[in-house]
Amino acid sequence: MAGDAGELVAALRAGDEAAFARIVQDWSRPMLTLARGFVSTQASAEEVVQETWLAVLKGIDRFEGRSSLRTWVFRILVNTAKSRGVKEHRTLPWSSIAGDEAGPGLDPALFQSAGEPYPGHWRAAPSAWPEEVAVEGSVLAGEVRRELASVLETLPDRQRIVLTLRDVLGHSSEEVCELLGISQANQRVLLHRARTAARAGIAAYVEGS
Amino acid sequence: MADLPCRQVVEVITSYLEGSLGWRERRRFEKHLRGCDACSRYLEQMRATLDVLGTVPVDTLSPEAQSTLLEAFRDLRH
Repeated sequence: MAGDAGELVAALRAGDEAAFARIVQDWSRPMLTLARGFVSTQASAEEVVQETWLAVLKGIDRFEGRSSLRTWVFRILVNTAKSRGVKEHRTLPWSSIAGDEAGPGLDPALFQSAGEPYPGHWRAAPSAWPEEVAVEGSVLAGEVRRELASVLETLPDRQRIVLTLRDVLGHSSEEVCELLGISQANQRVLLHRARTAARAGIAAYVEGS
Repeated sequence: MADLPCRQVVEVITSYLEGSLGWRERRRFEKHLRGCDACSRYLEQMRATLDVLGTVPVDTLSPEAQSTLLEAFRDLRH
């Protein structure tokens, strides 16, 4: 086992409570987001995360270090969540893209149609955003952040989960594909829809205020 | 090489940002952006969106659930 991962595992085995508290704190966010992709309620997802941590505690002595500790923990989580999802008769179709996700992400009415002077070009350019939108700590950035949080709530489950893992929690596309068992192409479609909706949410907010 | 209409540019923007466009498509995309202020602005707004997304809070386990786990840790590992 290499470097830090080995130290962390050793600390957990030795009963280092602070080390355990820290990974519970750091990893439970993505775990909860992932679990929600396989079970039907937030409460159920929370139970899956707790169950996973208990399995980790019981199994840490058997962990062989072939993968990183985090990968091992996340795999236990996905397996736990999947079996619970089956019991709840909940199946999100991760491997296929629904028909409503195959078309354009952005409203086609924003672009000129065939009979107009510049088909496929913007009818009107997107309105400029005030610079403060991306200035961390500004009042507007705070408002936009809250707006985005509510846009996230309205997204279809799969889009919300992929967007949260990728852009909110910062996981790599490789990791997200592996954990959810989806292809790069499918992940990109879901991410694209979700990002398009997120940008449109900010645009609507900025233009309306 | 045919120009890429704006309508298609906005649909390949994620592929562009993910680095998954082929070099030919990438060149078409970048060429379009050089001549199109509207799409350049759209790309800039998408990047700003990603910046803000990185600051959105995400639910974690409740403090109660976390302390239950710490108790279980004490029981099992001591």
